[in-house]
Amino acid sequence: MANSHQLKRVDFIFRNENDWEKILSNTIKKKPEELVNELMSSELKGRGGAGFPTGLKWKFTAEAKSEKKYVICNADEGEPGTFKDREILSRVPYKVLTAMAVCGYVTGANEGFIYLRGEYKFLQPELKKAIDEFEYYCNEIEFDFKISVFMGSGAYICGEETALMESMEGKRGEPRNKPPFPSESGYLGKPTVINNVETLVHTFTIFKYGAKKFYDLGVQYSRGTKLFSVSGDTPKPGIYELELGMSLQDFVYEFGDGDTKSVQVGGASGFLVPRKKFKDAAIGFKGKLRGISLPTGGSMMLFNSSRSMFNVLDNYLEFFREESCGQCTPCRVGCQQLLLGIKAVKRGDKPAAYLDKLIRLTETMQYTAKCGLGQSVANSFSSIVENFREEMIY
Amino acid sequence: MQGVVERESFLSEHSMVEIAREIEIPAADVYGTATFYSFLETKPTGKFIIRVCKTITCAMKGKTQVLFAIQDMLKIKMGDTTPDKRFTLLETNCLGWCHKAPAMLVNDDVYTELTPEKVRDILTKYMDKNGNFHN
Repeated sequence: MANSHQLKRVDFIFRNENDWEKILSNTIKKKPEELVNELMSSELKGRGGAGFPTGLKWKFTAEAKSEKKYVICNADEGEPGTFKDREILSRVPYKVLTAMAVCGYVTGANEGFIYLRGEYKFLQPELKKAIDEFEYYCNEIEFDFKISVFMGSGAYICGEETALMESMEGKRGEPRNKPPFPSESGYLGKPTVINNVETLVHTFTIFKYGAKKFYDLGVQYSRGTKLFSVSGDTPKPGIYELELGMSLQDFVYEFGDGDTKSVQVGGASGFLVPRKKFKDAAIGFKGKLRGISLPTGGSMMLFNSSRSMFNVLDNYLEFFREESCGQCTPCRVGCQQLLLGIKAVKRGDKPAAYLDKLIRLTETMQYTAKCGLGQSVANSFSSIVENFREEMIY
Repeated sequence: MQGVVERESFLSEHSMVEIAREIEIPAADVYGTATFYSFLETKPTGKFIIRVCKTITCAMKGKTQVLFAIQDMLKIKMGDTTPDKRFTLLETNCLGWCHKAPAMLVNDDVYTELTPEKVRDILTKYMDKNGNFHN
């Protein structure tokens, strides 16, 4: 279709490169401060969805005073509609391992963990083989860094960084209060860097090609590239690496099936954008001057006109209700009530105006819930109810 | 606990109490942790646990038909175990195979782009593997 020229495909992450040994040995010859500065000037932001500047994260942990520090690679990818991390770990594991080791070098940690979600257990043998080879090389160049794999056990909330650490310590995966942030007190109370799989691979790209190359891609505030997991009503589902800052309209030209009604950006905890707003929406982090900017962990789900948005929302809420850890009341009770609420409106037991009440409930959850899960229910709920109110009622 | 589940397929009351005694914490804490995770079963399960993804993309792409096919073939309902203790059928949240929906796990093995026909073939294989009946 026309106009797809604005969508810029890139190929960094899955580029087949066998030079990780060279990159590792060259990178750790540089000073840690130099590497942190390199990361900061690239303006790389966390690719898990929250978008915290990676350079800062490493800097804080490097500055924390402690004998023992840790590096964790967050591979507990559970957001509906994302599957990029699995692909990275199975296709280019050495890039992730190298990035973890460099992170260890910068921050002064000599131990790293990969927290792999239980659903991806079949990846474990391959990954262990890669780690063995990697550690062998580290020994050869007398670089002290150990990596082990920690298996999750099927809990969405453990993708939240502090919940993940609780889970690693053998407890219920309930998020902690912040502050203190992991950079001060993380796994076992020690300073910890925790990065998404994709973020780590981007640092590899930056250390290899330089910050400038990365910075030149994307738009202001949203630099570099991002992996997108495309699914739903599309003729070509799969994983694509694209430059940040594209408009949703261009995205739909490329991936839509010609009948796209709406796109869910950022998975169940993200926003739903209806067709009439495609033009105004750009994919990237907040801070663009005009239009809506949508941050994303990379999940893009397309819905065509045969889908009922009520069913979609119903499915999301069911998901949240089950995956809420139950620790804080707004989220535990809120998710249940939202689900009951939309069903009551659909049945006609409650008037349509009840939907506004439910939206206010999500606003309350946004302010009062302890972690990202409860806070982000409001995103999908209000964006679906506001744009497809009719479908909720009739 | 993951070790116990691997060997015995679920955490019995007995093993939870043992774990608690071993690391000197209340048994309630062990139970609390076990029930938090969907992959740590506290009820007896079959040898093969079938987990069908029910999250949005799989739901859109025909999960229900696949589920009917499984239920019809094994003659069990959601959450049940076959009388011969071979299969347990469960639903689960997003497995991360949305681009190849619908998807399911049988223990640690992934099956994607399922259809009722395909799922029947897969289950038949699991029956064969163990010299069990097949239709």
